[in-house]
Amino acid sequence: MVLQIQSPTIDQVGVEERVARLMTRSIKKESKLEGLKLALNMIDLTTLEGKDTVGKVKQMCYKAQHLADDIAGLPTVAAVCVYVNHVKTAKRALVNSGIKIASVATAFPSGNSSRKVKIEETKMAVANGADEVDMVISRGEFLQGNYNFVFDEIAAIKEACGPARLKVILETGELSTLDNVRKASDIAIHAGADFIKTSTGKIQPAATMPVTLVMLQAIKDHYDATGIMIGMKPAGGISTSKSALNYLVMLYETLGEKWMSNEWFRFGASSLANDIILQLGKEKYGAYYSMNYISKD
Amino acid sequence: MEILKTYKLFIGGAFPRTESGRYYKLENKQKQVIANMCLSSRKDFRNAVVAARKAVEGWSGRAAFNRGQILYRIAEILEGRKAQFVAELLLQGSTKSSAEKEVRLAIDRCVYYSGWCDKYQQLFGSVNPVATSHFNFSVPEPTGVVCVIADENTSLLGLISAILPIIVGGNTCVVLASESKPLCSITFAEVLATSDLAAGVVNILTGTSKELHTHFASHMDVNAIIYCRENAAEIKAIAELSSMNVKRSFVWNKDWFKAENENPYLIMDVQEIKTTWHPIENIGVSGAKY
Repeated sequence: MVLQIQSPTIDQVGVEERVARLMTRSIKKESKLEGLKLALNMIDLTTLEGKDTVGKVKQMCYKAQHLADDIAGLPTVAAVCVYVNHVKTAKRALVNSGIKIASVATAFPSGNSSRKVKIEETKMAVANGADEVDMVISRGEFLQGNYNFVFDEIAAIKEACGPARLKVILETGELSTLDNVRKASDIAIHAGADFIKTSTGKIQPAATMPVTLVMLQAIKDHYDATGIMIGMKPAGGISTSKSALNYLVMLYETLGEKWMSNEWFRFGASSLANDIILQLGKEKYGAYYSMNYISKD
Repeated sequence: MEILKTYKLFIGGAFPRTESGRYYKLENKQKQVIANMCLSSRKDFRNAVVAARKAVEGWSGRAAFNRGQILYRIAEILEGRKAQFVAELLLQGSTKSSAEKEVRLAIDRCVYYSGWCDKYQQLFGSVNPVATSHFNFSVPEPTGVVCVIADENTSLLGLISAILPIIVGGNTCVVLASESKPLCSITFAEVLATSDLAAGVVNILTGTSKELHTHFASHMDVNAIIYCRENAAEIKAIAELSSMNVKRSFVWNKDWFKAENENPYLIMDVQEIKTTWHPIENIGVSGAKY
């Protein structure tokens, strides 16, 4: 059977206007507190650097469980996100915490390698204990129009994932147009992605509101047609509480309440958690808070 | 047609309007409106602190001599815009002679403090005698972000006289300008913006001390607060709130026209003394200790 995916074209001006309107929503007081706690609970606390060490990963795993012990009633983050070779360390550090371990795989961040290597890397991540795998698509092949290649690759990785959930990184900063973003989203969804994710965080621009809106709409269209829910993960560049709340507003307005949990929505971020803690600290102490009271990593 | 200036705020090197959208009317003696000033909110203050915090590393990391050069540059640019400051002071009720005196003193003060940039460390730093085999020395280091509620009675001189000793020592600051005489503060910001001073080192707000002083004192990410007015209730509130977050607080309620009120001790109010114990050894037969 030949699978035909017909992606609609995107009205860029319309998307930007919609985003601008959603960004004017003001969330205050109790709703803001709830929103911030929810955002905190949706974070994939991430370290993806060449200089990552066992110590850094352990420290991050500790932070994931103890975001700010002086503020009562804080949730933990949803997951930590590390390279394949740090999955075992994270697994040991997070035992019995309920925090998931996500591993990037498939020659992250460029995705330039053979399919064999990518599949092996994915299997290794899962074998080491990753609950989730974040793969990158082959942007070169996509931009050359080899959509079947991209589709087959995602399907193959999905198979290699076994029980682990698969997040497919589109790296929208390299896809040039919103039409391409929509097309790549549709391909990933049909090929078996459990989540679609905007960016690796290594390319600018990373996650933006318009790109995320287009991807959320692709998820909605798929849900309306099939009843199957797909998760969404904007990643990179979301570092303030205010922008996190903007994303939550957009999520609610596009996909509704069913998606408002870390089962279906994640923020890929390293510094967002600290900014949210600053805000929650202010709510607790009644004065603007300082980074001096929060661990930097 | 004469074009009137819109007086905005100065935060992070940019001139934004207040996020609150609020303004207050500034009137001259004849009750004519001469300008609409931004009525800053606590969120403007918060944004200014974020900008100031960001600027600390770069500014304190500059060579002391280079900071001196930049302060001298401020004096040069001020000199070129003397007439504008005098005109603004006249508009705000000064006499011609006192306006000219105020601007001249302000320029002199820039030159005075620019000279101190690479000198106060030697005066106030020390090598300390200790009983163990250590080379023990103390040096002043900037405390960080300082916020200032500037003099109410002068438009330019009080503002400048409070800002300079703070930034001489590598601190950054957020300053609330005089409420009744705010014009020169924003024009001075234009001077700063063209003086190679990095964005965020000085941030200037206009508005009321009544509304902002408690937020200045309670902000956990501000290291020191300097109050240059005489309202006893506000002084008490600032002292109390600052003690809650161990912030240094000072009252500089001074006559800034007096020469005695430009001095290096003001620099030292917002410096921390760091003492280092450096192990030493007798080297060879020379008897050299370090």
